[in-house]
Amino acid sequence: MGILSEIWKGLKVTGGTMLKTIGGSGLVTTEYPKEMREKPQRFHGRHVLNRYPDGMEKCIGCELCAGACPANCIHVRGMDNDPHSPTSPGERFGFIYEINMLRCIFCALCVEACPTEAITMTHLFEMSTTNRQDAIYTKDELLMDERGRVPHMFPEDPLADMGELEVADGWMRATAPSGMAAYEGVEMWQGTPGPATWDPEPSQVERDARTPKNEANG
Amino acid sequence: MTWVEFGVVALRVVLAFGLLMVATILNVWLERKVVADMQSRIGPNRAGPWGILQTLADGLKLFFKESITPRKVELATYMLAPFLAVVPAFLIFMMVPWGKPFMIGEQEVALQGADLNIGLLFILAMSSMAVYAIVLAGWSSGSKYPLIGGVRATAQAISYEAAMGLSMVAVVMFSATQGDGGTLSLAEIVDRQAGTWGDLIPALEPVLRFVPRWNIFPQVVAFVIFFVAIIAETNRAPFDLVEAEQEIVGGFHTEYSGMRFAMFFLAEYVNIFSMSAIAATLFLGGWNGPTFDSVLPGFISGLLPTVYFLLKTYAVIFVFFWIRATLPRLRYDQLMTLGWKRLIPGALGWLILSTFVIAFRQFGLPWSL
Repeated sequence: MGILSEIWKGLKVTGGTMLKTIGGSGLVTTEYPKEMREKPQRFHGRHVLNRYPDGMEKCIGCELCAGACPANCIHVRGMDNDPHSPTSPGERFGFIYEINMLRCIFCALCVEACPTEAITMTHLFEMSTTNRQDAIYTKDELLMDERGRVPHMFPEDPLADMGELEVADGWMRATAPSGMAAYEGVEMWQGTPGPATWDPEPSQVERDARTPKNEANG
Repeated sequence: MTWVEFGVVALRVVLAFGLLMVATILNVWLERKVVADMQSRIGPNRAGPWGILQTLADGLKLFFKESITPRKVELATYMLAPFLAVVPAFLIFMMVPWGKPFMIGEQEVALQGADLNIGLLFILAMSSMAVYAIVLAGWSSGSKYPLIGGVRATAQAISYEAAMGLSMVAVVMFSATQGDGGTLSLAEIVDRQAGTWGDLIPALEPVLRFVPRWNIFPQVVAFVIFFVAIIAETNRAPFDLVEAEQEIVGGFHTEYSGMRFAMFFLAEYVNIFSMSAIAATLFLGGWNGPTFDSVLPGFISGLLPTVYFLLKTYAVIFVFFWIRATLPRLRYDQLMTLGWKRLIPGALGWLILSTFVIAFRQFGLPWSL
């Protein structure tokens, strides 16, 4: 009889779950193309090359990202800026910039390596292609446009959601020497392109103030 | 046989077949939905409202897929096995009365494929036949996993058929006391479960008046044994060693694809429905239930018994799904232990006990003669 009560215990679990699911709570599935689950704030999606708010490219063609890449999927070649109409604030700019998304392991070491925060990762993750050539993102497809919009690989694709490409990373745009006054001294992440909008993350100073260290250590 | 009689027989068979097909198609969908709910998922929801047409879509897909024939198969047996699986599955349901007989003019049409006077024996025979399909499919595939599945099917069927048969005997014996002599006809067994237990114990009459005269109340142990045995007979979880995906790929149907695989699949779900229908018929009073003849219009009160039958059958089927979603698969030795050391002795013991009780109720104590 012991086994019967054990079986009954198991049946209660599944039966209870069923009632809960029918009742509308506890459902873990989202109907993906119809509804997008919010990505974690620091989700590693596809890359984007950022611009300063004045329109200058952040990339200075230093190839540190290519050196840091463990999968060897980044190919960068720099070029000297034209002194009369510079592409980037520095001496040089990224002339060729290619990422092979089939090789990329989305570790974000390139983001860590970048001295100017030119390359960052978005929340965009729909990158399927029908041939290998399309999986190599060139500079045209990586560099955000002047309005801060991430380019789409296939803008004519009926499934392309242009709305989620609109949001540029505010913090990333504000660290320029000639950055927007509104962002001066502000430390936060917000508005990363992708199917999620997050509240600004508090800065480290603010967070330390909220949870005193001596209390946490007991 | 006149043309009218022939037409009636044809109508009975076609009606039963139609019900069986529709119910089976719904069952596959229902199982996926129920199991999905139990696992906090959504389940099929693309084809039709709530995904109700999913089975049709799957069937259509299988119909157009290539039926691959591996090189090493025993061709004749390999081709025959899917049909051997489907035919007994359909024949079993032909024995089940699924509604109140109705009249077309002078002619009475029973909602039952055929009312054999050996109905229960026929069911046992056919469910043994279904095992041949699995064994032959496993053997003729010329591959090791199907063979293992086929061998397991033989052992499992032998072990659990005995328990199933013995639990049926108890019901038949009890049913014999409820009317005029013993019977194996399912229609007759259903008729004997009409009404309530009101007259059993005069003192408890006000309560028992509302307890239907189903065999499950006096024969609850037989019902439990029968239920476990039919789960094993239909190769359902937790007794699905025959087609255990994690161990032996697909078991007996590993080498089958396309429409031939679909036929095995169909046979399995038809079997679930027919076996649940038999459980509902033997133990839960079949199509019996209050029809409110005096209040409701004729065609509704004529249809209600079918509704009751389906409700009872689906209650049993739901438990099938529930158990499938809950219990892990038995190990082979556990399967054998449960079959030979628990169910068969249990069924025999219950048979002896109910024999004594029935004899006592009919003849009194032996020394008082």
